[in-house]
Amino acid sequence: MIKVRNLTKKYGNHLAVNNISFDIKPGKIYGLLGPNGAGKSTTMNILTGCLAATSGEVKVDGHDIFDEPLEAKRHIGYLPEQPPVYGEMTPREYLMFVAEAKGVPFEKSLRHVKEVMQLTQIYDVRNRLIRNLSKGYRQRVGIAQAMIGEPDVIILDEPTVGLDPAQIIEIRNLIRKLGRLKTVIISSHILAEISAVCDHVIIISHGNIVANDTLENLEASASRNNALTLKIKGDKARAEKLISSVPGVASAEYSENGGVVSALVIAEEGADIREAVFNAFASAKMPLLDMHTNETTLEDIFLGLAYGSDERNAYIAEPEEEEEEIGEEKPKAKEEDDYKPLFSASDDEEDDE
Amino acid sequence: MIAIFKREFRSYFINMSGYVFIGVLWLFSGIFATALNLIGQYAAYEYALSNLVTVLMLIVPILTMRSMSEDRRAKTDMLLYSLPVSSTEVVLGKYFAMLAVWGVACLGMGATPVILGMFGEVNFASAYGALLGFFLLGAALIAVCTFVSSLTENQLIAAILGIASSLGLYLLGSLVGMIPASAIASLIGFAVLAVILTAIVYLLTRNYVITSIVGCVTVIPLAVAYIINSEAFASLFPKTLEYLALFDRFYSFLGGIFDVGAIVYYISFAIFFIFLTVQSFDKRRWS
Repeated sequence: MIKVRNLTKKYGNHLAVNNISFDIKPGKIYGLLGPNGAGKSTTMNILTGCLAATSGEVKVDGHDIFDEPLEAKRHIGYLPEQPPVYGEMTPREYLMFVAEAKGVPFEKSLRHVKEVMQLTQIYDVRNRLIRNLSKGYRQRVGIAQAMIGEPDVIILDEPTVGLDPAQIIEIRNLIRKLGRLKTVIISSHILAEISAVCDHVIIISHGNIVANDTLENLEASASRNNALTLKIKGDKARAEKLISSVPGVASAEYSENGGVVSALVIAEEGADIREAVFNAFASAKMPLLDMHTNETTLEDIFLGLAYGSDERNAYIAEPEEEEEEIGEEKPKAKEEDDYKPLFSASDDEEDDE
Repeated sequence: MIAIFKREFRSYFINMSGYVFIGVLWLFSGIFATALNLIGQYAAYEYALSNLVTVLMLIVPILTMRSMSEDRRAKTDMLLYSLPVSSTEVVLGKYFAMLAVWGVACLGMGATPVILGMFGEVNFASAYGALLGFFLLGAALIAVCTFVSSLTENQLIAAILGIASSLGLYLLGSLVGMIPASAIASLIGFAVLAVILTAIVYLLTRNYVITSIVGCVTVIPLAVAYIINSEAFASLFPKTLEYLALFDRFYSFLGGIFDVGAIVYYISFAIFFIFLTVQSFDKRRWS
């Protein structure tokens, strides 16, 4: 559907998009995820022919966006960051204009515009001036504009920015509805946004693609985690001995609190030590009160990929619920972390959560 | 292109600027016709038109100021870029919409000679020939001011720069007389133009290679030509400037001459500035 190869865009000396390549396949909802200034809008503007690339190629249905722009643009509907609507027109007039400009025959466009207005739920406001509409409606008029002419791909740049929570849910439902009919690409800097509607995620950071996979695969790689939190009833020295006897353990940290030992065990890469740990403690008749893997969420992956690996490691090493027990023992280096208030490590700052 | 034309044309009558433009022109056309033709007892509408030129100069920039700049401000240019419509079609659509508004104004003014004809003998051929010349003068001026509008996203700046350019073109004819006609003066004049052109190219592209190429292409032939035949440079610069004096061409129509040369001149002038506007519109994609 869309093929992007070695796309680079420079603004003066600033490298906005750095040699990225990806494919968009039909029938899916793609999410372009990245922090502000990562190059999402630049990429989208290039895909839609609104911006020329410094180098690289974009092919839409086999048509090069630079060499055959008109052919390529027929296959794309685009909603830029700011809905490109004319305030002095009504949604109906505006969509009729877009339909004509996209070459939809007049008789067909009457019905087509009506259908699109009903799908995007702007039919009720069709005769009001766009400048008098709320941001949510204007956004929907913008989405309707992108749908006119039945393009194969609909590209929406941050479609829910600046909307209230109810409007966000409505727009998300609309995008899901669209995804059943077309290929959709949306961009966002909010992970929840992408994970709520997308099948496939492309994470961009500093102009580079750092991840390009389905949501399931990304989640799977997230939970392929090797940190294990244990709570053991009994003596600390004995627990230490038992754990070190389990094959596949890379390192472990311990703390004791009123006869309960808490341990954070890091396994070797790829090893699943849960069964071995369980059997070791069971045969030693030492009760395991709690054992769980430290789930890394998609959020951690995103933050790690998008903001750099240092922060990422800080998050992965951080158990989210067990601060009371192990908090003391852990390195306090991340106290200086920008994101600390979200995942506060020390006991007395619990309230910050 | 037709879709853009229709939308633009309608927008001039939604936001009043079309009505104001036509109204002001008709008002002043009426005033001048009354003063010269009715009170002054002079049968030629052409002279009212020649006075109307000053009004035209001030009001065309008001019509054109939002043509390109408003899209940039309201970000609707993103729509135009993403539509399957070429930049040339976008600019032509907008230009023809303004031309249509201007045409409506001229059509209305076309009633004046008929009215005058009821009171005496009017040379209709001369009057309508002059009106056609007036229309083409306006068409060329609209193209210049549209280009000015494409350079900025601020309507006010577009209007002020438009008025300044119109005034410059208007005064050019009289300014030319003050320029010394010697060969060396012409060389200096062209050299200054070459430097200005190079500077503009640099500001637009920020590219040293292209800038130096443009600089070489303009300066070297100039120097070579001067060394080979310095005689030919005598009064060449004033003549070139005279060629750009848009308004002077109109005066031949006033004498009852149907000047085909002037018609071709106005049309090519308009085409040149439309071309520049398309480049300016397209260039934003490369920024």
